[in-house]
Amino acid sequence: MIQHVFARLRQGRRTLPFPKIMPALPDRYPGRPEVDPAACDGCQACLPACPSGALSLEGGLCLDLGRCLLCGGCAAACPRGAITFTGDFRQAASRREDLLLRGQPFALAKPLEQKRLRLFERSLTLRQVSAGGCAACELDTNVLGTLVYDLGRFGIRFAASPRHADGVLVTGPVTENMRLGLEKTWAAAPEPRVAIAVGACAISGGLYAGQTEAHDGCTGFVPVDLFVPGCAPHPWTILDGLLRLLGRAEQG
Amino acid sequence: MRNAQAVPLREIPLLPAEEFCTEVLEAVLHEARLSALFCAPAGGELRLFAILAEDRLGVLHAISAPAGHAYPSLTPDCPQAHLFEREIFETWGVTPLGHPWLKPVRFPRKDPDGAPHAGPEIGLTHFMQAQGESTHEVAVGPVHAGIIEPGHFRFLCHGEDVLHLEISLGYQHRGVERALVQTGSGGPRFVQLAQTLAGDTTVGHTIAACQNLEALSGCRVPAGAQMLRAIGLEMERLANHAGDLGALAMDMGYLPTSSFLGRIRGDFLNMTAKLCGSRFGRGLVTPGGTGCDLDKKRAGEVLAHLREVFPQAMESVELLWSTPSVISRLERTGAVSRVDALALGLVGVAARACDVEIDVRQDYPTGAYAYAHVPVATAQTGDVSARTFVRHMELLHAEKFLVEHLTHLPDAAGPSGGFSAPVRALAPESLAVSLVEGWRGEICHVALTDENGRFAAYKVVDPSFHNWAGLAMALRNQQISDFPICNKSFNLSYCGHDL
Repeated sequence: MIQHVFARLRQGRRTLPFPKIMPALPDRYPGRPEVDPAACDGCQACLPACPSGALSLEGGLCLDLGRCLLCGGCAAACPRGAITFTGDFRQAASRREDLLLRGQPFALAKPLEQKRLRLFERSLTLRQVSAGGCAACELDTNVLGTLVYDLGRFGIRFAASPRHADGVLVTGPVTENMRLGLEKTWAAAPEPRVAIAVGACAISGGLYAGQTEAHDGCTGFVPVDLFVPGCAPHPWTILDGLLRLLGRAEQG
Repeated sequence: MRNAQAVPLREIPLLPAEEFCTEVLEAVLHEARLSALFCAPAGGELRLFAILAEDRLGVLHAISAPAGHAYPSLTPDCPQAHLFEREIFETWGVTPLGHPWLKPVRFPRKDPDGAPHAGPEIGLTHFMQAQGESTHEVAVGPVHAGIIEPGHFRFLCHGEDVLHLEISLGYQHRGVERALVQTGSGGPRFVQLAQTLAGDTTVGHTIAACQNLEALSGCRVPAGAQMLRAIGLEMERLANHAGDLGALAMDMGYLPTSSFLGRIRGDFLNMTAKLCGSRFGRGLVTPGGTGCDLDKKRAGEVLAHLREVFPQAMESVELLWSTPSVISRLERTGAVSRVDALALGLVGVAARACDVEIDVRQDYPTGAYAYAHVPVATAQTGDVSARTFVRHMELLHAEKFLVEHLTHLPDAAGPSGGFSAPVRALAPESLAVSLVEGWRGEICHVALTDENGRFAAYKVVDPSFHNWAGLAMALRNQQISDFPICNKSFNLSYCGHDL
C-alpha cells in the first residue's frame, strides 16, 4: 500500500489551470489557418495540394476550415504567402459559415442562448456518438477525461446513455451504417439539448466528403451548436470550444 | 518476394483455382500465414490473390487464380481464411464453396462499381443460437457506453458464462479502399487517406502505404528519414501500449495506474507532436521520406522529455505486478491457446502473448529495422496477463530503441542525406506488398497497378482483421464480466477492420 502513496507523490499534480493559463503547444503544431485574399493572384497552386477540397478561388480565396485537415500543404504550395498557419489552437465556431475563411477576423464560438445556457452552464452531460471516421477524434475527446485536462472540474461529463445526456457530441462523417445509430441516439436525448460536431469529418465529411458510404457529416441530422474543426482537433481545441459554448472561456 | 518489393504481375503464378487452394493449404501446413487473401481486377479479369508469409525465412509469396463465380473454400481446412473469404463473397459475389457461414463483414451499401449493394441492412444477420434453461443473449452496441468506436457484440450466455461471442462490425465502413484506388497513383489525398485508415496507427499505416509507392517507383528513402519513420513508429507503440495498460487498469477498477498512464500516454503523444506537429503523427511520413526533419537539438528535447516520463510510466506499470488482486484478475482470464492462435492467424501482441514469435520488425525488416534490431517479446499463457506482459516488455524495448537512436541520429548531411527523395511514376502492371509491425501487429498493404501505372486495386489488412476472432475465442467459457478486460487486452480497431 505504501508504494501507492509514494507513487502518487512522485507522479505529482498534472492538471493545467486552463483557461487561466494557456497551454504551450509544440512549435510544429500548425494551428488555425488564416488567409489573405488580397495576396492571392489566383495561380491555383494551392488547389492540387489540398487533399480534402477545402480551398476555392471563386469570388476570391476561401479556405473552408470545416473541411481543412491542417496538413499545411496549401501554405507550402502558395508562392505568395496568402495562406498562413497561426499556431492558435482556438478554432471552434458557432456557425458553419464562420468556418469559411475569406480574410475576415475569425469569429470564435459564442455562448448558447440564455435558456440553454442557464441549464447547462454549470453542468453539461454529453453522449458521444462515433459515426465513422478513423477514431482519432474519439481518442482526443476521451483524453479530456485524463487529469491534464480534467473535464469534470468544469461540470462537463460524458454519459453512457443518451437519456441521461443534455446533448450529443458527434465524430465521423456519419457513415450510412451509423446513420440510424445517430438518429436514434439524438432522438433519445431529452430536450432542450445541444449538438456538437468534432472534427472535419463530422462538420463536412472531411476527407470522406462525397463518399457514397457516408453522409458528409452530421449537419443533415442534428442542429449543430458548436463546430470544432481539425483532423483531429487538439484536445485543447475541443475543451476551448466546450467552454466557449458554456460562456466560460475568456471572450476573444 | 521480400517485404516492400514490387514484382511485375506476369511473374506472379496464375494457377487454376483448385491448384491455388492446394498451394495455400500446403503453405499454411508448413508454417506459412495468410497475410492477405483478396480479389482484384488484373489482366482484364477478376483474380484471387493470396499473400503467404513465411516468417522464419522472411519471404513473402504471392499467387493468383482466376476468381470466376466460385472456388473451393479454404476455410474448412484453414480457419484463418474465414473472414477473408466472407469479405470476398460480400464484396465481389465470388462464392467460396463449402465455407461454413458466409456472414456479412461490413454490410456495404455500394458495390465496387458503385451500384447499390444487394446485401442486408447493417446488423441484420443471423447469430449463433443456443436453447435451454438459463441460456440467453446479451446484445451490446453499436453505440457503446464510452467514447469509443461503434460495433455490435452478441454474447450467447448460460447464466453468467459466455458460451460464445459474436462480433458484428461494419459501422465505420466508409469505402476507403476504393477511395485509395481513386487517387490514381498517390498524391496528398492518398497519404491523408492512409493516415486515417486507423487514426491511432497513423504512422504504421502511412509507412506501409509509402513503402508501396516507393517499391513501385524504385525510390530509395534517405537513411535519416528511415530512422525518423522508425522513431515515429516506436513512439506510436509507446503511446498506445501505455494507454492500453492504463485502460486495462481502469476496467479492473485499479485506478492509480489508470490515472497515471492516461496522462503519460498524452506525454508520449506530445513527443510525437514535437517531432511533426501532430499528436497522431500526421504529416510525419510522406512518400519518399518524411514530412519534417529531425536535428540534434530537437532529438535532444524529445529525449529529455522521454527520460523524464518513461520512469513514471514504468512505475505505473510495475504497480500492476506488485498488487496481488490485480494479478489474480489478469491471470487465467481470456486465455487463447497457441494452437488456436496459429489456426486463426493471429498477429502482433495477441499472437506473441500465445508464444507465437512473429514480428515484422524481426522477420521482414525494412527501413531502419534492417540495421537496428528490436527484441521480440513473447509470453506463454495467452491470457490477459500475457498480453499485459508483452505490452510491458514492448514498452521497455521501444524506449531502449528510442534512447539509442535519438542519441545517435544518422548523419543527415551525408551523401545520402536529407529527409525526402523524389517518388517517380509507378511501374505499370505490378504488385507490391508492404508489411509494417504497427503497435497492434502486422499491417499489410498490397498495391496493384494497371498498364498506365495507376492503381488497379489497393488492399489493406489491419492487424485487427486477423485478431477480432481471437477476442471472440478468448471470451469462450469466461464470465460476461470478463469482457471489458479481455477487450482492452486486445484493443482492436473498428475503423481499421471496417475500412
